[in-house]
Amino acid sequence: MGDPLVIADHVFSSRLIIGTGGAPSLGSLEEAVAASGAEMATVALRRVDPSARGSILGVLERTGCKILPNTAGCFTAKDAVTTAGLARQALGTDWIKLEVIGDDKTLLPDPVGLLDAAETLIDDGFIVLAYTNDDPILARRLESLGCAAVMPLGSPIGSGMGIRNPYNIRLITEAARVPIILDAGIGTASDAALAMELGCDAVLVASAITRAERPAVMAEAIRKGVEGGRAAWGAGRIPRRLYAEPSSTFEGLPDLE
Amino acid sequence: MIVVGGGVIGLGIAWRAAGAGVHVVVVDPQPGRGSSWAAAGMLAPVTEVHYGEVPLLRLNIASLQRYGAFVGDLEAASDVAVGYRRCGTLLVARDRDDDAALAETLAFQQRLGLSVTRLRAREVQELEPALVPSVRSGILIEGDHQVDNRSVVAALTAACLKGGVVFEKHSAVRVEADQGAVSGVRLSDGRVVPAGQVVIAAGARSSEIAGAADLPVRPVKGQLLHLRTRDGRAPVTRNVRGLDVYMVPRPDGRLVVGATVEEQGFDATVTAGAVHDLLRAAYELVPGISEMELVEIAVGHRPGTPDNAPLLGPTSIQGLIAATGHYRNGISLLPVTVDAIVGLLTTGEVVDEIIPFSPLRFSPVEQPL
Repeated sequence: MGDPLVIADHVFSSRLIIGTGGAPSLGSLEEAVAASGAEMATVALRRVDPSARGSILGVLERTGCKILPNTAGCFTAKDAVTTAGLARQALGTDWIKLEVIGDDKTLLPDPVGLLDAAETLIDDGFIVLAYTNDDPILARRLESLGCAAVMPLGSPIGSGMGIRNPYNIRLITEAARVPIILDAGIGTASDAALAMELGCDAVLVASAITRAERPAVMAEAIRKGVEGGRAAWGAGRIPRRLYAEPSSTFEGLPDLE
Repeated sequence: MIVVGGGVIGLGIAWRAAGAGVHVVVVDPQPGRGSSWAAAGMLAPVTEVHYGEVPLLRLNIASLQRYGAFVGDLEAASDVAVGYRRCGTLLVARDRDDDAALAETLAFQQRLGLSVTRLRAREVQELEPALVPSVRSGILIEGDHQVDNRSVVAALTAACLKGGVVFEKHSAVRVEADQGAVSGVRLSDGRVVPAGQVVIAAGARSSEIAGAADLPVRPVKGQLLHLRTRDGRAPVTRNVRGLDVYMVPRPDGRLVVGATVEEQGFDATVTAGAVHDLLRAAYELVPGISEMELVEIAVGHRPGTPDNAPLLGPTSIQGLIAATGHYRNGISLLPVTVDAIVGLLTTGEVVDEIIPFSPLRFSPVEQPL
């Protein structure tokens, strides 16, 4: 594996993580997950009964995805901690994508509750991947608390508005020593490519795939966007210039005079 | 023959099959009290069309075209009115974001050649003055109607009894088979009712019956509210759908508000969150509902399948026929399902309409060596 993504000693070859919310049917979700090549998918524990047969978890098991439970729908640190505990019990995993939501109009993270819950969960042995605002200082605080990955948003969940503040994402990725996963706001493949070009280690996408007219086709497109963006980030792009620079020099050209 | 499951699908098949001269036994511990009872009775496939589900839309439209004739026969056979109303459905946008979503829906509907009309804010307001004045836009779908599903249950039950259908009020435990062909159904009291043909119409419970071809059906919980005005007049005159909620007005002044979609197995708990979310979404569209009486909170389990479409037709077991997995469309798919399955039972022919919905479509294809 050439360029693996490592989160808390777990090695992934795919840098695309799938969110399952909004899938029109389990069948179309299964096709989309397969087309995405994702090796990890996140599931809202509050919206799925882990013991129910034939559910979303069965689909993810068939595709071989690691299941990352999340605390979507939790508005307080206390709720998020309780939900993480239920996830650990029901799914037998210490991994949790921590969301503490500020309000249900914007679904923006509540930074105070987030820090509080992250600290509690890390102390309790959880591997915390924290969904956060695109605030570099908050990202650093989450990393220093011991989060296994920090997941800044590009724009609000489900908005498809892309990355509204690329500058902040850049500041976050440059300073980080844990994986940075762009979470929320991706609308299409170019958004995912931009995230990777800004130095993100992975991208989490849900609505852009599940709510697309053709989810499996969009999943493949975003996979390619992630791969292209990652390669471009490592390739060293040329600097931006105000005026043209000819791509061929004049050296060695025939003198026609 | 035996029909396992006494919801609208099972009762409809039993009624029509008995009318064709077949001796029919319906097996269900509580006929008509599953998802058929909990449903809202909205017949709105054009309003709720989804990407990737066009074959299901076509089947729904074929079914709705037969609705008038079907309920006419049913009302005549049962002497029970079923409240079939050609009321149309109004899809509304609260704000600019909803409006963008509606524009996408409209474009898809128009691409499919469906009959829909885009309405400006004021036109929406004129149609339904109880809607919040800030409504941004709407789509009128004149062909999407409603039926009172509980009356359909009552009418089908009466028609079955008049037609000589026998009810076994027990659970079906197992489909008995002999050399790959159905021989009967074992009940929860231990008896076996013999039959050469068995229809599985047990909704979300269809996958719990042993020997019934492992049909891929799972329960998808839904909670709905029933509100009522004091003067017996519902605040809206047609089905109203927002992006998060629908409201179905009944002639007696009831307003059915639904519905949650929850992957919670057979859990039947009424939750504060569901009541809150449904009321808030309904209130955002029709503020006047706050004056209404909350008379009931219904819970049901839709029979979900991997592609949201039903399982209709022969299974891998000879004599075992599936008529289940109707998910959100059990009431609207009633006529087309009954016609196709009764036709199959009496003539052995699988009509073209249901071929895309074969219960065998999820089975792994045998690869030639």
